Amino acid sequence: MSKLICHQENLDESKIQELVAICPFGALEANNGTLEVTAGCKMCKLCVKKGPKGVMEFIEDAVPSVDKSLWKGIAVYVDHIEGEIHPVTLELIGKARELASVVNFPVYCIFIGCNIKDKAQELLHYGVDEVFVYDYEELKHFRIEPYTAAFADFIQKVKPSSLLVGATTIGRSLAPRVAARFRTGLTADCTTLEMKENTDLVQIRPAFGGNIMAQIICPNTRPQMATVRYKVMTAPEKQDEPSGKVTLCDLDPAKLASGINVLKVTRKEIEENISDAEVIIAVGRALKSEKDLKMIEELAQLLGAQIAGTRPLVEAGWLNAKRQIGLSGRTVKPKLIITLGISGAVQFTAGMNGSDQIFAINKDPQASIFNIAHYGIIGDIYEIVPQLIENLKRSETLACAR
Amino acid sequence: MEILVCIKQVPGTSKIDVDPITGVLKRDGVDSKMNPYDLFALETALRLKEQHGGTIKVISMGPPQAKDVIREAYMMGVDEGALVSDRKFAGADVLATSYTISQGVRQLGSFDLILCGKQTTDGDTAQVGPEMAEYLGIPHIANVLNIIEVNDTSILVEMDMANTIEVAEINFPCLLTVEKDIFQPRLPSYKRKLSTKDREIKIISFKDFEDQNEHRYGLAGSPTQVERIFPPSANTDRETWTGTPEELSSQIVNKLRQFKFV
Repeated sequence: MSKLICHQENLDESKIQELVAICPFGALEANNGTLEVTAGCKMCKLCVKKGPKGVMEFIEDAVPSVDKSLWKGIAVYVDHIEGEIHPVTLELIGKARELASVVNFPVYCIFIGCNIKDKAQELLHYGVDEVFVYDYEELKHFRIEPYTAAFADFIQKVKPSSLLVGATTIGRSLAPRVAARFRTGLTADCTTLEMKENTDLVQIRPAFGGNIMAQIICPNTRPQMATVRYKVMTAPEKQDEPSGKVTLCDLDPAKLASGINVLKVTRKEIEENISDAEVIIAVGRALKSEKDLKMIEELAQLLGAQIAGTRPLVEAGWLNAKRQIGLSGRTVKPKLIITLGISGAVQFTAGMNGSDQIFAINKDPQASIFNIAHYGIIGDIYEIVPQLIENLKRSETLACAR
Repeated sequence: MEILVCIKQVPGTSKIDVDPITGVLKRDGVDSKMNPYDLFALETALRLKEQHGGTIKVISMGPPQAKDVIREAYMMGVDEGALVSDRKFAGADVLATSYTISQGVRQLGSFDLILCGKQTTDGDTAQVGPEMAEYLGIPHIANVLNIIEVNDTSILVEMDMANTIEVAEINFPCLLTVEKDIFQPRLPSYKRKLSTKDREIKIISFKDFEDQNEHRYGLAGSPTQVERIFPPSANTDRETWTGTPEELSSQIVNKLRQFKFV
């Protein structure tokens, strides 16, 4: 088993202090002239790489690796509720095709549900080679055990190298269950996916809840699994002519049993959804009071925009949680987003940095939002927004007069 | 009813920087707190106990300092707590963590209901709950909005499915991950703080586990590897504008017009 060893004999007081300071997790503790590695260690190995020479050593065991040549293809889980396919599925098909072209893999879909055979045909217009369908009455509602069983059956039969799952309510519940069953890696909420020549999937996501990106691989197990949120990837164009085929799969009826019984399904009232908005005005902590939202609403109306915001505003109760952008909120990819008084922590930007045009207004020239904004406007929202409203109204009247 | 709640100690702040030259992570301050989403799971457990009786245990995994969150759970009214802690678990990813906790759960007894928060604020993956349920061989439901009814063999819950709300009955034993705001969490009580200050916190380590295969824990049991960490890339096509509010707003309107937004 790989381990971290501390050569106590090469330590002195200054080296101990240095190492304690290096560990970002506080997992190195000084103890009467010796150094202890505590259970807080995340094995980031920074103490080995950056610490004084000859003190910390990482001893690596050879890890048994799977035969990667037996695992081929990139599969996309078809996210749906009662046959209504979630658009994240098409976005993932687009990404899967890109990844597959690097290593010359086929692109598969796995579709689990009831009365979905016709819907499966639709997917053939997006460049999928084969859609595997599990169509049973017991799969009408998403219930974890039979859905996991169907997914597992597909993996055993087809042996896909990579699996992409939408980070939807269903995907976030199903993918981990499948990953655990195959004792394989699953990276949540990837923002970038790339394929290596050796078929390893490079998965990039924001990490540690902060301003850091982590590049993650899963080199010794297959399948490799990733979830991706809606609006992060780009859907391919629909082709007039279908290609590929639909294959119906059998599942042992015993595997369809569940301890869950869905009694009632109520459609939520259709409401504005910031994930679908083309124009968004996002507000942050610079907003001083709830009544100032009036001014924001006026601006939003002039631009035909939806209002969204950061976590603090939602926590203060000024905005509905559905309007929160970020890691713990929604991901948006509008054509235009204007951020007002938002500093730009990764927690927030991870949910919007795919937007086509980003305008940011902030009075702090050092705010990290300016690193991602296409147009950074340095100024106070309380001075600029009223002026902007006035200008927009004027240009509207001009347009009407013409 | 025997209830287990999974809780985690997370950094008190999400402010973290990476030194662009050395690549070293710099965390500001060492404050830590209970993962805020876990408070909703704890409150759910406490309400269920008030109505239906039974005991509530909590389990956490982490370094010895993580005992603090178990103490906090005691102050809210939890009966027993255990911390899964061992250097052998160092470097665990989601899979190894889930497996390790599920082994710890087996040491704590049998449960009708296991409750988790929707996700943690430091990992944000929301994966540990479902993965644990798989290793414990029990069904799970995520995104639980509401608990409607409890009887001897099952629990009736309302779950959020994005466009629909579903009412489902799930048999015990099972695992639920609850949404924020399912119930308003109570505050820790000072009286309970005094009365529970000597209450034991059980430490579970590798040697206590049924599965003694070291390759399933810590770094060795983690299929994912972090190849590198780096600061998010800055968009290079950018302009910064300064000026008076009048100048800036007309500049914005002109640009918006150019892109046909006005």
